[in-house]
Amino acid sequence: MNLITEPISVSHYLAVGALLFVTGVVCMATKRNAIGVLMGVELVLNGANLNFVAFGSELLRATNLGLDGQLMAMFVIVLAAAEAAVALAIALNFYNNHSTIDVDRADDLRG
Amino acid sequence: MDYLLSVLLGAAVLLPLCSFFLILLFGPRMGKSGEFAAYLAAGAIVCAGLLSFTSLAFWLGHHWPADSSHHVAHADGDKHGHDSHAAAKHDEHGAAAHAAEVPINYTGNYWVLGKFGKLNVTISYYIDALTLIMFCMVTLIASCIHFYAIGYMHDELHDITDHEVTLRDGSHLHRPGRFPRFFQYLSLFCFSMLGLVLAGNIAMVFVFWELVGACSYFLIGFYVERKSASTAANKAFIVNRVGDFGMIIGLMALWSCLGTFAFGDIDDVPGIFSQVRPASNHHALLVPDGMVQAGARDHTARIIREHVASDAGLDAGKSELSSQTQQFREEGFGYWLLVVAGIGIFCGCVGKSAQFPLHVWLPDAMEGPTPVSALVHSATMVAAGVYLVGRFFPVFAPETLLVIATTGCITLFIAATIAITANDIKRVLAYSTVSQLGYMMLSLGVGGWVAGLMHLITHAFFKSLLFMCSGSVIHAVHTNDMRKMGGLLSKMPVTAITMLIGCLAIAGVGVPFVIGFSGYYSKDAILEQAFSLSLNNSSAYASIFFLAAAGGAAITSFYMFRMWHMTFMGKPRDQHAYDHAHESPPVMYMPLVLLSVFAISVAWDFTLIGYGIVPVAFLLVQGAKRGWFKQSSGGHGDHGHDAHGHDSHDDHGHDKHDSHALTVHHDDHGAACCEPMCMKTIIAMLVASLVVGAALSFVLPTCNLSLRNLLEQARPAGTAADMTGSWVKWTWPNEHTAHLAENHSRIVVPMTLLATLTWIGGISLASCMYWLGYLNPEDVRRQFAWVYRLLINKWWFDELYDWVFVRPTHVIARVVSGFDRNWLDWIIDNVANVTRIFAVLWERIADQTIVDGFVNLLAGWTYSLGLMLREVQTGKLRQYVMFIVIGAIAIFVLVSFFWNPTLAK
Repeated sequence: MNLITEPISVSHYLAVGALLFVTGVVCMATKRNAIGVLMGVELVLNGANLNFVAFGSELLRATNLGLDGQLMAMFVIVLAAAEAAVALAIALNFYNNHSTIDVDRADDLRG
Repeated sequence: MDYLLSVLLGAAVLLPLCSFFLILLFGPRMGKSGEFAAYLAAGAIVCAGLLSFTSLAFWLGHHWPADSSHHVAHADGDKHGHDSHAAAKHDEHGAAAHAAEVPINYTGNYWVLGKFGKLNVTISYYIDALTLIMFCMVTLIASCIHFYAIGYMHDELHDITDHEVTLRDGSHLHRPGRFPRFFQYLSLFCFSMLGLVLAGNIAMVFVFWELVGACSYFLIGFYVERKSASTAANKAFIVNRVGDFGMIIGLMALWSCLGTFAFGDIDDVPGIFSQVRPASNHHALLVPDGMVQAGARDHTARIIREHVASDAGLDAGKSELSSQTQQFREEGFGYWLLVVAGIGIFCGCVGKSAQFPLHVWLPDAMEGPTPVSALVHSATMVAAGVYLVGRFFPVFAPETLLVIATTGCITLFIAATIAITANDIKRVLAYSTVSQLGYMMLSLGVGGWVAGLMHLITHAFFKSLLFMCSGSVIHAVHTNDMRKMGGLLSKMPVTAITMLIGCLAIAGVGVPFVIGFSGYYSKDAILEQAFSLSLNNSSAYASIFFLAAAGGAAITSFYMFRMWHMTFMGKPRDQHAYDHAHESPPVMYMPLVLLSVFAISVAWDFTLIGYGIVPVAFLLVQGAKRGWFKQSSGGHGDHGHDAHGHDSHDDHGHDKHDSHALTVHHDDHGAACCEPMCMKTIIAMLVASLVVGAALSFVLPTCNLSLRNLLEQARPAGTAADMTGSWVKWTWPNEHTAHLAENHSRIVVPMTLLATLTWIGGISLASCMYWLGYLNPEDVRRQFAWVYRLLINKWWFDELYDWVFVRPTHVIARVVSGFDRNWLDWIIDNVANVTRIFAVLWERIADQTIVDGFVNLLAGWTYSLGLMLREVQTGKLRQYVMFIVIGAIAIFVLVSFFWNPTLAK
């Protein structure tokens, strides 16, 4: 199945979502900067959001499911905003204490 | 009538119980230090008394007693026999006429507690004339004693320093007063005593019997801190247990053979009385079928076995058995069971009534407060034994009667002799009680049912009177020792006079054939019956009873007057005690006066009392007019003679104002010289009224209402006939034999004269020795030194029991405790040591090695697992992200490969 030749369907959304998710994960895994990691988290969330919206759209089936997928996406966006606020506050505090935001240095709780 | 009496008497029983519970719960909070408890208890018993007398009135309304005193001819003797119950006419003396008569009784159940096969356990009643008389006697005396005790126990309202208890540091015991507790136990006692009298079956009798014993225990030990009191209480309780053991055997013999507890027939189920004396046998004693079959148990078993084996079955066996029962009975089977049942019941009575082998507790019981001695240990509880013998009288075989008579005879003689030498005023009375109880038992044993129970009633009145007088004396001089008294007559005249009346009553003083104190009637009746028995049976043994009774009567009047003279006459021996002596308060002496009236007149025909009131009233009016009581007329007008129609209340009034004179004109010399005048006037009036009353009662018709005729109504069925024993070939003459016209000169006349001689002899000897001083008691004591030693040591009974029972028990106890200490303890110690060593070893092996090892191993594993897992927590954020990713991928892969839709179902 060639996505490029097909008309727009759920699969295309899913492909974009997966790309965003993988990008986000890679970003999280590779960045040592805490802000970078947070950006990765945002990408992962947005990848997931895309999936919600896609599955909630009329593209999946004619009789759609209402606004469920979209509502989920809205929740995730709100959560992401809250998470970002908290996480940025942590990052700030971490910087105050350690004069850096390198997450590899944040191993005070290691076993 | 049946219902009414049972309800009235049941209420009379329950009232003191209510008072007991109320005082038990709220006693100390009733008024100031429980003062009100006494009024509650007194109120309860007075109400019970009113109910009892109401019942008696109802009874008399239906069953007016017929005449049974045969020596005075009465033409109109039968006009009262209107009731269908009192069918038998008494003008016939034939045995058959008497024998066919069942006493009027009402019996029934209040409450059925349970049914076990044939056996009904019930709360039931048995009411006959005896029950009513006992109710009236007990409630009347108890009421008097409650009021007396309010005065006597006054000290208990405050904190008390008991001078007879010395603590270890040499000081005397100081304790709070126990006023409510005393009345609480008195109430409980009244409840138990009345319950015992009302009881309609032997199970109830036993319960109340034990309750009475328990109350006695509590009251003897009232001053529980005194060693003598607590020991005496224990002694009374333990000695009574010995008797009760026999009683249980007797009751079980009756129950197991007769299958019923009830005395009378309830709902056509035959009770004990009608089984032992069936109407088909003219109420003569018959060994019941149950006892015959139990006695001939080998034959019974053989018959039943034969029939069970054959086809005929059990019913045929039973009918065969009942057809042969008569033959077994004639062969004498089962008779011994009847004798054992009777002796067993008598054993209980021996304990409670302090008869010969078990008499030792009663004198010691005088450790209790004096009102208790008066109520419990002289008038009512100890008489309960006699009452029970009277109640079970139909069950007693002649052999049992012989045992009873012998026991009573020994008791009467021993106790009377001990009383001669006793110096403690209460002990004299205690031994006199034992002796009089012996009289009653003797009387019942020789067949004098009415005589014995009449003596019970008369004795209850004069003995409670004597005890309360002695209490009054003790209250005044604060000692029990008669050697410290003397000359108290002028100090406490009311007590002295009432006590003199008591002494005269117990001595049986009277004008022969005319009139006398209550004791005169009952004691003469006993002597007559004893003499009648000895005339019927020519053996020497039979005449011992009569001789002991006569001798005992002489001794009784001797020691009673010895006591009276030592206390009230002569010179004061202890000036200090004499100076402090004073008459008791009215709440104490009023009961004395009331009781002394009863001590005089309780055995009289009611008509005599009625006639006696005429001259007394006449003389009283004359006396008031002519100023015979001038010196003491201060309170005369107040003492109205209440309208009870009883000459008693007249002299009641006199004694009252007599003492009034004493208290009002205490320092007035005029009073002292008028006193003898006043007293003489009163005595003269009493004598005159008696003579006139007696004379009138000969001339005018009498109403038949007397203690003897009332008791005659309750005479058990069949006991008005002669009885002959099967083993002892004696004939017990019926009680009416002595009163037959042809026996009048043979029995009644010599006996009455003999009784008169005994009291004259006893009183004059006592007066010579202790009042007039013609004989020095000291000389007599020296002359009969060994007799004196025997008597002063109470025949060494306490020492004998000490040697025979107490010491061997101690020796055995010591041996057993030695065994315990030396052997059992050694074994137990060693077992304990071995156990301890084993435990130490086991602890090392099992606990430290196995259990601890297992737990340590587990902990070690857990610890190392924790260490291992710790390594995972690197603290590297990016590594954690990798774990998440890898985990997510792993889940994805797993789901892709292994999940299929069937798993979801």
